[in-house]
Amino acid sequence: MPGPYTPALIRGMTQPRTRRDAFRIAGLSAAGLALAACGVQGQKVAPPKADAVADFWSKQKKNGQVIFANWPEYMPEDKGPLEKFKAETGISYEYKEVINENAEFFGKADPVLRAGQSLGYDIIVMTNGIQLQHMIELGYVVTLDQSKLPNFLANAGEKYKQRSYDPGNVHTIPYTSGVTGIAYNTKYVKDDITSIAALFDPKYKGRVGMMADAQEIANFGMIALGIDPEKSTEADWQKAGAKLKAQREDGIVRKYYDQNYIDAVSKGDIWVTMAWSGDVFQRQLAGEPVKFVVPDEGGTIWTDNLMIPKGAANPVDAMMLMDYLYKPEVAAELDEYIQFVTPVPAVQDLLRKKADSATGEDKQALLDMIDSPLMFPTEADYAKLRTYTPLTTAQEQVFNPIFQSITQA
Amino acid sequence: MRRLTPYLLALPSWMWLAIFLVVPLAAMASVSLQTGNVIDGFVMTFSFSNYGDAISAYGTQFARSLLYGGLATAAMLVIGYPVAYWIAFKGGSRKSMYLFLLLLPFFVSFVLRTISWGFLLSDDGILFGTLKGWGLLPPDFHVLATAFAVVAGLTYNWLPFMILPIYVSLERVDPRVVEAAQDLYATRSAAFRKVVLPLSLPGVFAGVLMTFVPATADPINAQVLGGTGNTMIGNIIQTEYLVNNDYPTASALSFTLMAVLLVGIFIYARVLGTENVLEAAAR
Repeated sequence: MPGPYTPALIRGMTQPRTRRDAFRIAGLSAAGLALAACGVQGQKVAPPKADAVADFWSKQKKNGQVIFANWPEYMPEDKGPLEKFKAETGISYEYKEVINENAEFFGKADPVLRAGQSLGYDIIVMTNGIQLQHMIELGYVVTLDQSKLPNFLANAGEKYKQRSYDPGNVHTIPYTSGVTGIAYNTKYVKDDITSIAALFDPKYKGRVGMMADAQEIANFGMIALGIDPEKSTEADWQKAGAKLKAQREDGIVRKYYDQNYIDAVSKGDIWVTMAWSGDVFQRQLAGEPVKFVVPDEGGTIWTDNLMIPKGAANPVDAMMLMDYLYKPEVAAELDEYIQFVTPVPAVQDLLRKKADSATGEDKQALLDMIDSPLMFPTEADYAKLRTYTPLTTAQEQVFNPIFQSITQA
Repeated sequence: MRRLTPYLLALPSWMWLAIFLVVPLAAMASVSLQTGNVIDGFVMTFSFSNYGDAISAYGTQFARSLLYGGLATAAMLVIGYPVAYWIAFKGGSRKSMYLFLLLLPFFVSFVLRTISWGFLLSDDGILFGTLKGWGLLPPDFHVLATAFAVVAGLTYNWLPFMILPIYVSLERVDPRVVEAAQDLYATRSAAFRKVVLPLSLPGVFAGVLMTFVPATADPINAQVLGGTGNTMIGNIIQTEYLVNNDYPTASALSFTLMAVLLVGIFIYARVLGTENVLEAAAR
């Protein structure tokens, strides 16, 4: 469920509309009209031909500007990497934290892109999952020019060059990966939580937070039952649904959260919750009593991906920035702030060097990052992490109601 | 020409209504009868079963929304009427200031105000944290994530829309008619019941109308202040549209909600009397 809490929305409500917004709103209503008049046209597209792609890119040129739409807390506050990019290339940037949820973002982007209009962004970031799959299937994502990705090809880890949801990096390259696990408030929870069973423990009745997103909550229901989500069947979803329903009916769950779970667990409204790794680290650094663990039974790993939406005005500049983020020193600066898993393995050494020359608390913080299995997972750690259930459109219509009937009862 | 003038003057508003109300409604009606999915597209199949399916799947949330909306409206009436009465009869020269104070919170966005309540009512927040610290509340006490919080949030957010119309109708009550009633040996309460209350009914009618409809359809309060099992129909429509991209179901639900509210209002208008309605509408 899209979250009203989200900082971007708050800004949206408090900032004046620009002319571009007005056009976009007008575009949305026009798209709505088109949608209604004669049914909604199916738009599933065949993969683009190689020469069409080459043709597209040969017509594009550098425009000296780029508009980057991203999730909140995904860029150092001083915008260091973007400032350096500007200094080195002369390309000015606009950075907008407007993406809060994949489903919500897709829901808003779909009518605009369907009507053949531009979103007004040159780069967007989406997680692997149903909506990213839709974006690609509907032809909403520009096919990348592989010749413009030297840093990516040189510096990305092998795992991040071979992703099942976008083989050959045709449409996307990773921005960062992260882990969904359990966070708990150490002020209220004195035991060390290690098992996913804590989320189902009557001891924490009314103090457990679960995620509202159908895939996230499904994953945890299945992992709790020992089912691998990636290989799950409809029968498994039903079993997971029954377990999660019982959890709700026993009064264990306080609420199904989106991004705002992190406030709730920091404040102590909830004590144990499903959580995204980097969020929790950032709160820890801010001195809040929260701790993150990957349950023994396993957690999930996801990847947020950079892509260029169809109709973007500055695709060349966008590709330059996307590739620039793969320079190891840039990736290191980024990862030191966002603290998720970077797709650039060289970052670990760079941070180690920085730690060697740092002192005191800074040094300790850097050493903690280097050793953290959640920022630099080993092969053994990766083995514990599962990925999402791949769903066809038909399966989605079975999958979603099972879990939404729990989160939206 | 002169006879046409009023029509020409009304033309812009008719155009406005046509473009931003009639066309979208027709569009929504059309979409609500289509079938398909976001990848393959939606086609018109006159699938009236969309309505049946949506209502049987979300009947609970429908009923809950009407209940919460109704409770919030009743609470607003109980809280709002005395406030309106006090401002109208005892406000004196400061009336406009009181009205301004009433509207002051509206200079902050609706969503932000609701989120602020979330912070204020947090389990260990400024309010309950302090009370728990003094031992006045049990440690497990909480208001957030309950039906009470949702209804209270709805009540808070629309209260001024209840107070203002009641205030307007009370403002117009001539104090001399109350005096006259008292001269005719009516007690204070009888004067209120037989004179003031009936004269203020159009305001009450308008107030209920202006608060019940948006409160019933609101998704924000349930989402920010509610917990499990407090989902309202507005949240469902939002999910169906934005998350599942199931535009037909979302449209069917929206239409059903509209129909239920219209029928409700119609019955309510009949019960309270058409004259009052017309009078309220004439303001």
